[in-house]
Amino acid sequence: MAPETPETLNFSSYRDTYGAMLDRAGWAATTFSRYDRATTLKIAGAVARAAYGKAAHYAEWAVRETSFGVVEDKRLKNELCSLGVFETYRDTDYIGPVIDQSRKTVRIARPAGVILALTPSTNPVATVFFKTILALLTRNAIVICPHPAAKACCADAADLIAAEAVRAGAPDGVIQVVREPSIPALEGLMSDERIDLVVATGGPAVVRAAYRSGTPSFGVGPGNGPVYVDSSADLAAAATRIVESKSFDNSILCTNESVVLAEEAIADRLLRALQTSGAHVCSPGEREKLRAFLWRDGGFNIGAIGKDASVIARACGFDVPGNTRILLVPIDRVLPEEHFTREKLCPVLGFAVVTGTDEAIRAARMMNRKSGGGHSAAIHSQNEMTIMTYAAGVPALRIVVNAPCSQGAAGFGSNLGPTMTIGTGFMGGSALGENLTPASLINWSSIAYPTDPRMPFGNFEGLTPWKTPNSTIPDEQPSSVSAFDEMADLREKIRALVRDELNSALGRT
Amino acid sequence: MFDYGMFQFSSKEEVIEKSIACWNPGKTKFWRDAGIDLVIDRREGYLIYDMNGKRLIDLHINGGTFNFGHRNTELVGALKTALDRFDIGNHWFPSVARTALAEALVKVCPGFDYAFFAPGGAEAIDVAIKSARYTTQRRKVISIIKGYHGHSGLSVATGDSRFSKIFLSDRPDEFTQVPFNDLGAMERALSAQDIAAVILETIPATYGFPMPHEGYNRSVKALCEKYGALYIADEVQTGLLRTGEMWGWQSYGVQPDIFVSAKGISGGIYPFAVTMLTKKTGAWMEEDGAAHISTSGGAEPGCFVALKVLEILQRPEVRANVQYLTRYFSDAFHDIIRSDGDVVVGLRQKGVVIGVEFAHHEGGVHASRALYENGVWAIFSSLDKRVLQFKPGVLMSSALAEEVVDRFRVAIPRMRELIARAPSARSAA
Ligand SMILES: Cc1ncc(COP(=O)(O)O)c(C=O)c1O
Repeated sequence: MAPETPETLNFSSYRDTYGAMLDRAGWAATTFSRYDRATTLKIAGAVARAAYGKAAHYAEWAVRETSFGVVEDKRLKNELCSLGVFETYRDTDYIGPVIDQSRKTVRIARPAGVILALTPSTNPVATVFFKTILALLTRNAIVICPHPAAKACCADAADLIAAEAVRAGAPDGVIQVVREPSIPALEGLMSDERIDLVVATGGPAVVRAAYRSGTPSFGVGPGNGPVYVDSSADLAAAATRIVESKSFDNSILCTNESVVLAEEAIADRLLRALQTSGAHVCSPGEREKLRAFLWRDGGFNIGAIGKDASVIARACGFDVPGNTRILLVPIDRVLPEEHFTREKLCPVLGFAVVTGTDEAIRAARMMNRKSGGGHSAAIHSQNEMTIMTYAAGVPALRIVVNAPCSQGAAGFGSNLGPTMTIGTGFMGGSALGENLTPASLINWSSIAYPTDPRMPFGNFEGLTPWKTPNSTIPDEQPSSVSAFDEMADLREKIRALVRDELNSALGRT
Repeated sequence: MFDYGMFQFSSKEEVIEKSIACWNPGKTKFWRDAGIDLVIDRREGYLIYDMNGKRLIDLHINGGTFNFGHRNTELVGALKTALDRFDIGNHWFPSVARTALAEALVKVCPGFDYAFFAPGGAEAIDVAIKSARYTTQRRKVISIIKGYHGHSGLSVATGDSRFSKIFLSDRPDEFTQVPFNDLGAMERALSAQDIAAVILETIPATYGFPMPHEGYNRSVKALCEKYGALYIADEVQTGLLRTGEMWGWQSYGVQPDIFVSAKGISGGIYPFAVTMLTKKTGAWMEEDGAAHISTSGGAEPGCFVALKVLEILQRPEVRANVQYLTRYFSDAFHDIIRSDGDVVVGLRQKGVVIGVEFAHHEGGVHASRALYENGVWAIFSSLDKRVLQFKPGVLMSSALAEEVVDRFRVAIPRMRELIARAPSARSAA
């Protein structure tokens, strides 16, 4: 008989594992929330530089661990999401006090506290860097919960920047990471009262769970970007940008273009221009092979995410020229039944012909009716009225003009604010409609004086409520007044004096 | 009507009356007369609730018994799971649970080889003294005036005579006491070379946590070596990270020959204690392993709880929490001493082992009552009533720590009032 082992005995639950972590984050948040701006910037800067220095290392690791994307593009994203993000925001004051003489107000920043940051498998380390630097710029503590498929690279990156933060003077525990992420752990964490804000980047299920948790949340939904090219566009430039964007990190940014909506008059020329830029135009036969490969059992084939175009073609059983960067799939109608109108986190791009702006808007709305609303769209056009009409009609909150959508909508090369977290707003089931910036992670307390001109505004110049402790890691000095026991006599005399004083103050003798 | 399933009471008064009649008249009346009419009912984390619903933050934690909070979910989970398979067990035989715990303890107690289990601290202290006597073949034991090691046969003889004389259990010929922090007295007592052991609480708890002078513990150990005595560390209140290190003796850089842990190792849910011995001080187990027997010493469900306790304590997050708490309460009390120095005059602190000194000779008693009225339960030092024992558990959150300090400050005027009404030190003296 085999020896019996107590397999029925299970000794752990999420609270067991993560309770102490959240308490530690609570201490860090409380301590950090009093820091002054100079120290805060020093910490965020040190972390950004350390992250930047390891951009290539983690790009390689992320691709190895997840098998998504392109190392070189991931390196670039890691760089942009570290020093890039820091440089973008370093001159903005997220701490205060901010004095407004004319409005007779002073604003003082109040950090959220402990932020639970969910990071996706598609942009794993870039999102860790991004959310952490935003949290540090705003004096928040962050608990990172990575996607299980990217947990090792994320945990390693988090450990690196956590150590760097503490070295630069941050309170202990300001950056922590969930090492064994799971659905029950995540659900427990999201609804734990010690979490002040959830910032969820992930699939729709995760985002909905975040909002259901009862904890204030920014969940951002998936994208499915239409790109409209009208007859006024510079077609060669448009084609280059679209291919550039669609092949960037093998289309793993949720801001990537999903379907080209080409105005009838220029459709053929645009198709050729795309071909010239590196698109392989699929035949109907190839399209059906692709369809069968990309959509299985009702869902998107994870094995295709972030893969090279040629790898995908080979998996479908056809060959493409060596210089192929994306696969272009002409489709007849833009309807939800048509698979190629859905989100594709791989270098496969739909191509549909539309009669004009109105039909382009209808097609875009069709694409985003079930999913992808509130996210990103692009347009290539020289006509401002067309751009305006399109922007007001498509269900997107950022409409990138004459630029690669992957990068432009994510704030790289545009002024939207570099981000790995795209707010999809009310259309996309989110409370956040903009790109996540440091401003999203704080509230402001406003000191408000009466507007009545007879009541003067106070003079707050040079005043600050912040104070950075000289030593942030609490050292363990026994603090004992009794160490002076030799002076016990003296102390007793002082006590007696105090007692007498007290008694006489109370009218006793 | 209070219905507890197996029994019912119509009111708290009924409980108190019957408690006087059938349980312990003196103890019950003492608290009633002190204005602390507490009958603890619900409890969770660091919160306890009186039968009538009054909520209190627990800073008494029974000397570290509730170091991890009341009914800590992890520990309760461990105990419940263990009970699916184990019971107290048979103390005669080796067991998987005892072996696993002993091994884990040896691992976290550098310099020690054996873990001997007992159901409570006092018995574990008795085992420590017995082991020292066996090893040295001497009978006498030195302890500290106002030291406290429990109430069983040998342990009670080391303590304050209040607890031994009443039962005719004092043994002045075998148990000597010297003042704390007095190396001269210690050396004089040791110099006859007939002492088996010196037993020391690493920081004397019931005495109100007077801090050992720099190098005191190490010097006592050196004196023990010089005169052939053993050093027993009572870590019942100072172990389990409460001083910032796993064991208090590690905080003071001293290596005891024997040490005892209890209270917190029980997780507050399954009575447990342990005497840690070296090859040398545990040698009696080679000669006669059944020389000390305790049917429920090392009861197996308790082993699971203790194992979980050790695991929790080794998490870096918990260590960080203790450091934050240490710093936070140090800052808070130094502020209070500055602003309310007529009431609070001093702080004794090592980690979360904290004693708050009051100006009044019974200030600890009044503070305890004022805090009780303001939602905090902390007990005075019974052997130095000037001092309030202030013992946050190692897992206390920043939010709760803040609330504790807020409540303490709210209670200060009431402390002042109670103190003003009490007889002054000199008129009492
Ligand atoms: C320092 C010390 N040693 C020993 C003991 C005795 O432990 P027990 O009550 O479990 O017998 C206590 C109990 O208060 C104590 O505080």
